[in-house]
Amino acid sequence: MDDLYREIIIDHYKNPQHKGRLDESDFSFEDENPLCGDRLQIELRVDENQNVLDAKFDGHGCAISISAADLLLDSIIGKSIEDLKKLQKKDILDLLGIELSPVRLKCALLSLKVLKAAVYELQEANDDLT
Amino acid sequence: MTISKIKEDFPILERKIHNGMRLVYLDSAATSQKPRSIVQAMDNFYNQNNANVHRGIHLLAEEATQKYELARNKIANFVGVRDSSQIIFTRNTTESINIIARTWGRKFLDEGDVILTTEMEHHSNMVPWFSLAEEKNLSIKFIQITNEGKLDLKHYQSLLKLNPKVVAFTHMSNVLGTINPAKQIIESAHKTGAITVVDGAQSAPHFSVRIDDLDADFYAFSAHKMCGPTGIGILFGKKDLLEKMPPFLGGGDMIRKVTFNGFSTNSIPYKFEAGTPAIAQAVGFGAAVDYLSSIGMENIFAHEQALISYAMESLSDIPGLKIIGPSAEYRGGIISFVIDQIHPHDVAQILDEFGIAVRAGHHCAMPLHEKLHLAASTRASLYLYNTRDDIDELKKGLLHVCKVFE
Repeated sequence: MDDLYREIIIDHYKNPQHKGRLDESDFSFEDENPLCGDRLQIELRVDENQNVLDAKFDGHGCAISISAADLLLDSIIGKSIEDLKKLQKKDILDLLGIELSPVRLKCALLSLKVLKAAVYELQEANDDLT
Repeated sequence: MTISKIKEDFPILERKIHNGMRLVYLDSAATSQKPRSIVQAMDNFYNQNNANVHRGIHLLAEEATQKYELARNKIANFVGVRDSSQIIFTRNTTESINIIARTWGRKFLDEGDVILTTEMEHHSNMVPWFSLAEEKNLSIKFIQITNEGKLDLKHYQSLLKLNPKVVAFTHMSNVLGTINPAKQIIESAHKTGAITVVDGAQSAPHFSVRIDDLDADFYAFSAHKMCGPTGIGILFGKKDLLEKMPPFLGGGDMIRKVTFNGFSTNSIPYKFEAGTPAIAQAVGFGAAVDYLSSIGMENIFAHEQALISYAMESLSDIPGLKIIGPSAEYRGGIISFVIDQIHPHDVAQILDEFGIAVRAGHHCAMPLHEKLHLAASTRASLYLYNTRDDIDELKKGLLHVCKVFE
């Protein structure tokens, strides 16, 4: 347990660096985990080369889902939207550095799910524009 | 009743988990553990008597039928029902309530009719009515709960002025633990001509329920929450209602006669028991009510009352912990709570590492959590095998949870 709730996770849960809202966002998506009522919104701002300038999340959730969201957003600053599309489950688990049961895996992966929906949604919107 | 002796009846409670931790099982509202005698009864049935029920003309078929029907009689007796033809074997409480909505409801409710239910219901006493309401354009109104977490009976009286056709309510809330005054609710409903549907999933396991005395029209409960096996439950219905209802599923056993032109239905309860039923589980269910009766429902209730008072007092001095629901005298053995700034999933996860099994989430009562402005809660639920030691372990675990998040 002390593995699961190691300091870094508690720290990101209690003092998330990326919690809040952006004044302006280029990408945004919100989803929830109906199993536990957790809700998560992610907003991204990108530069002209489609690289992430800033990222924020908002919502509520357990220590695993919130710390995963914070760690994930921390790791994507400066990356391109194409890079984000390549992110996988393993990347989240590497960030957290813990093993998770199938139920808690859903908590950990909520932010990745929301992030992917956000970037793919923009792709669709762009397609519509062009 | 001697609790240490009772614990011995449940082999699973001797299990050590997570490197030698004692199992502290506080999730009986989800499903109870099973005493040895219930498992043995089903074992014996499969090893000695196994055959299909009804119609068979051989010894095993007769024995199986006799045991299946004996279980029905035992269960009828256990919940104070004189005529056991009113006891129908179903899969569980959820299926029982769905049968009422889909047979009685579909036949006897019409556009504009009002159904009353409550804000504290489990999804299984809401969703079947939502489905029916959509299909037949019915209106559903919710009896509010008070700030304390009890049913607002004044609000109920005012809703009765709408002349509802159905009043569907839980005898005991699976989140708040609140025990509702069923007899009084049923009496008021009958005065306006409504029929009553009682969700007894949490009541039948924990205190003495006398359905005939309550005068309930329908009453549903599940075996697995009362020391019995999964996969079997009960729908009680008053004879005149059951006889007027169309069958639910069609097939074997529910028919009197089938010709190339159609069929006529069997008498109750068989009309509602199409196909091979859960025979061994019925035998196990019979053994479960024997077991509970041998201890005495009054004793079980008194034990849980004492334990819940102890738990409420014990947990109340944990910083940031808030207990949901009424004071101990109005509730059964369920205690749900939230802790400031700590998600219920994290609470449950850390407790699990101490061998303590609780539940975290919305407990199939999302509208209730919405009303309480909570995304989720943590629930500890008790049964006859729990002790003060279990509560002490829970408290110790919760204090550790607080420390992790300090």
